[in-house]
Amino acid sequence: MKRLLAFIRKEFLHIFRDPRTMIILFGMPVAQLLIFGFVISNEIRDAKIAILDKSNDQQSREIVHRLLSSGYFRVGAELETEASIEACFKANQANLVVVFEPDFGRKLERNHRASMQLIADASDPNMAEMLSNYVQGIVFEYVNDLNRTSESPTFIQASYRMLFNPALKGVYMFVPGTMALILMLISAMMTSITIAREKEMGTMEVLLVSPLNPFQILIGKLTPYFFLSLINASLILLMAYFVFGLPILGSSLLLVLVSMLFILMALSLGVLISTVAKNQEVAMFISMFALLLPTLLLSGFIFPIENMPKILQYLSIFMPPKYFIIILKNLMIKGIGMSYIWKEVVILGLFLLVFMLISIRKFKIRLE
Amino acid sequence: MTAISIQNLHKSFASNRAVNEVSLNINRGELFGLIGPDGAGKTSLMRLIASLLLPDSGSVHVFGFDTRRDYRSIRKQLGYMPGRFSLYPDLTVEENLHFWATVFGTTIDRHYHLIEQIYKPLEPFKKRKAGQLSGGMKQKLALSCALIHSPSLLLLDEPTTGVDAVSRMEFWDMLQGLKGKDMTLLVSTPYMDEADLCDRIALMQQGKILSAGNPHHLRTQFIGRLWEVKTPQIHPLKQRLNALFGCEVAHLFGQCLHWTCQADMSIDKVEQVLKQFHIPIDSLREIEPGIEDCFIQIARS
Amino acid sequence: MEKDIIRVRNLTKKFGDFVANDQLTFEVKQGEIFGFLGANGAGKTTAIRMLCGLSKPTSGEMEVAGFDAYTQTELIKKNIGYMSQKFSLYDDLTIWENIRFFGGIYGLSRSAIRDRSKEMLTRLGIVNLSNRLIRDIPPGWKQKIAFSVAILHKPQIVFLDEPTGGVDPVTRRQFWDLIYEAIDQGITVFVTTHYMDEAEYCHRLSMMVNGRIVALDSPEALKQRFGSSSMNDVFVQLARSGEKSS
Repeated sequence: MKRLLAFIRKEFLHIFRDPRTMIILFGMPVAQLLIFGFVISNEIRDAKIAILDKSNDQQSREIVHRLLSSGYFRVGAELETEASIEACFKANQANLVVVFEPDFGRKLERNHRASMQLIADASDPNMAEMLSNYVQGIVFEYVNDLNRTSESPTFIQASYRMLFNPALKGVYMFVPGTMALILMLISAMMTSITIAREKEMGTMEVLLVSPLNPFQILIGKLTPYFFLSLINASLILLMAYFVFGLPILGSSLLLVLVSMLFILMALSLGVLISTVAKNQEVAMFISMFALLLPTLLLSGFIFPIENMPKILQYLSIFMPPKYFIIILKNLMIKGIGMSYIWKEVVILGLFLLVFMLISIRKFKIRLE
Repeated sequence: MTAISIQNLHKSFASNRAVNEVSLNINRGELFGLIGPDGAGKTSLMRLIASLLLPDSGSVHVFGFDTRRDYRSIRKQLGYMPGRFSLYPDLTVEENLHFWATVFGTTIDRHYHLIEQIYKPLEPFKKRKAGQLSGGMKQKLALSCALIHSPSLLLLDEPTTGVDAVSRMEFWDMLQGLKGKDMTLLVSTPYMDEADLCDRIALMQQGKILSAGNPHHLRTQFIGRLWEVKTPQIHPLKQRLNALFGCEVAHLFGQCLHWTCQADMSIDKVEQVLKQFHIPIDSLREIEPGIEDCFIQIARS
Repeated sequence: MEKDIIRVRNLTKKFGDFVANDQLTFEVKQGEIFGFLGANGAGKTTAIRMLCGLSKPTSGEMEVAGFDAYTQTELIKKNIGYMSQKFSLYDDLTIWENIRFFGGIYGLSRSAIRDRSKEMLTRLGIVNLSNRLIRDIPPGWKQKIAFSVAILHKPQIVFLDEPTGGVDPVTRRQFWDLIYEAIDQGITVFVTTHYMDEAEYCHRLSMMVNGRIVALDSPEALKQRFGSSSMNDVFVQLARSGEKSS
C-alpha cells in the first residue's frame, strides 16, 4: 500500500510540474465550454419568437412578458391563426412559435392545469431544442412562483412540436458532447501518454523489475487521472449550470455515478492504447485517431447518427461516447431516471470490462 | 558460488541475432565486465538476465532461479540501472531517491550506509530537479537509486557511455567501493580500458562471447609477441607492414604502432624487417598486450 | 600546411549570466587533425555550434574557412562538413538515398553525386550494399559511411563530434584510416572524442575546462609537460585542476 501511495504521489508531481499537462487538464474544458457557450448564447439573444395567444388573458400575457424581458427573445410576429405558423417560419420571421390554448388563464385558476404548445423550426435542431428549453425554463419559473402562493400545485403542460425535422433525432445540447469529448481525451489520452513516457525514458524497465506488480503500476497511473477527470466533469457541469443555465433535471447522484463509469472506461481504453504505443508520439497519434475524431464525428456529437450512411451508423455502435451522450441527455435535459438509461449504462459497463480485461492481459511484465 | 548461470542462450529480434549461443557463469561477489561495442548484444543480455526479456532458447538462472518461471524471486534481489538512467527529470534528487526506496519497500535511512559515499556529493543539490543535473551527477543519483534497496545483484548497463574520462574514473572508484559488500556487480561498457578494473570480463561482439576470464588471463592468451613501434611516419609504416605480411598485423595505438609478430621472431629479425622500409624508427620495445589488443586479435581471427 | 583555416580570437558565448565559452583563442591549421577535448559540460558543443555557423558568438572574432562568423554563416556552412554520433544518416533511407540527399543539399550536380558516390562505395567496399537501409547496417559501418557522406562535397574542414562512440576497436581504427585519407585530400579535421588513445592520433589537441581552453599543444608535448606517459592521465590532471580553481 505504501508503494502504491508513493507511486500515486509521484504521478501527481508529474502532473503538477508540467505546465502543458495542467493546461490540457484544466484550460481545455473551460475554453471549449466557453467557446461553445459563447457561440450559442449569442444566437439566443437574437432569437425571434412568434406568439399565438388564443386566450389573451392576464396569465398568458404575463408569460409572454417574462419571455420577452428575459433578454433571449424578441417578437418576430403576432399570429392570429394556426394556419399562418408555417408561413411565418418560411418567411423566417420566427424560430419558435408559442401557442396558448383558449381559456389558458381560467383553466389555470380553476383546474390548476393548463397547456401550451411550443412549435420550433427544427431545421436547426440544436437551436430548436435550446429555445424550447429556455422557454420551458421560464414557464417553469412562472409555475414555481404561482405555487408559492397557492395551496394546490399548479401545472402547465408545455408540449413540443418540431416542424421540418419532427422527430428531432440526434439533437442534443453541446454540454453532453463536450463532456464526453473532454473526459475521453483527458482520461484516455493522458494515461496512454504518461505510460508511454515511462517506456521512453527507460524507467518502465526499472518499474517492471521492482516489486511493484503490474496491477499496482496501473492503479498508480490511473488514480490521479480518475480524480482529475472527476474534477473536470464537475467543472463542466457547474459551468453549464451556472454560466449557461442548463438544467440538471435528473438525479445528480446518478449523474456522478455514470460519469465515474465513463471515466473508468476511458482510463482503461488509455491503458489499452499504451500497451500498443512504444513512445509518446505514437500514443498521441493513436489517441487522436481512436478517440478525438470518432468522438467528434461518430458519436452524434456534431452529426446526427440517423443521418449518417449505414456503415457509419454501424460503426457508431462501437463508440462509447455515443452512449454516454445519450445518458447525459436523458439525465440532464429530459430528467428521466435509471429505468430509461440502464441499457446504455450496461453497454458502457461492458466496454469497461472488455477494455480492462484486454489491457490486463496485454500489459507486459517483460519488455516484448 | 554462482550468481548467474547462462546456458546456450539465444535471442533474436526479427532477423537480428542479438544474443547468439552465449554460455557464461558469474560468481557471487564478483565485479564482472561485459565489454563490447554498440550492437554487440550487451543490453539484450542484461535484459535477459533481468528477466525483462525471454530467451528464444537456452536458459538464464539468477541465484538458482529461472528467469522464465521464477522472475519474481529474481526481481526481489535485483538492482538495475538501464543505459538511459532510470530517473524522473521532473522530480528532485530527493524525490527520485525516496520514490525508488519506497517502491522497493525500504527507506532511504535503512541502507544509507551503502550509498553514503556516492550520494554525499549530491546532498547540497537534493532540492534540484534531476533533469538539471550534470551527466556525472545524474550517474551518481541513478546508481544511488539502484542501490537503495541493497540488492544482491546489481546490473549496470553502460553506466559510463558518453561520460568523460574523469567521471568514468570516479564511477569505477564508486564500484570498487561496493565490492566486498556481498554484492554481485555486472557492468557493461564499450570502453576496453575499463576491463582491467573488473575481476572478470567477457568480450562480446555480434551477439557472441569472444572470450571470457580474468583480464590478466585473457592477456596471456594473446598469440605471438607484441611490439610497440614509435615513428614519425606511422601511417606509411603500418601500410608497409600489413602489405608485407598480407594481413592486418599492425594497428594504431595512440601515437604508437602495435605490431603483432610470431612468438619465435627474435628482436634482430624484427629490426631487420623494419629496416628494409627505410622509415626512421624512434623507438622499439616489446610490450604486454592490453585488452584492446586482445579484442582486436580475436575479432580479426 | 601553415595557412590557418580556423582563426578564433577571444571568442565568448554567454547564455544569460552563464559563460559557456570564455575568451577562446586558437587556430587550426589547414590539413591538420585538431582534437577538441574536454569533460562533459565544459563547453565543447557550444563552441562547435559557433564554428559551424549555427549560433552567433556573444563577442570575439572568429573566421572559419576564410569566412566571418557574424556575417557569413551561410558561406561557412557551405564549406564545412559535419558528423556526430547522435545524428548522421537517415535510418529509413538506403545508403544511396542518403548520399543523394546530402549531395543534393550541398548543391552537387547529379553526375558529381554519381561519380563521387561510386568512388566512395568502392573505396569502402560496399558497392553491393548501396540499396540497403541504413538501419540494417552495423553501427560501426554506419559511422564510416556517415563520415564519407560528410566529406562528399569536399569541404575545407569537417567537424566530427564523438564520431566513434561505442564503435568496436577494429572499426574504430578503420575509421581513423578514413580520417587520414581525408587529410591526404587536403581536408582539415576537427574532432572531439572520449577515447584518449584517439586523442593521440591528433596532430594538436586543445583541452577545455569550464568554458576555457587550458592547454593546447601536440600530444607528445602535453605528455611531456605533465610528466605523464598516458594521455588519460594528462586529461584527468587538467580536468581536476580546473575543478579546484572554479
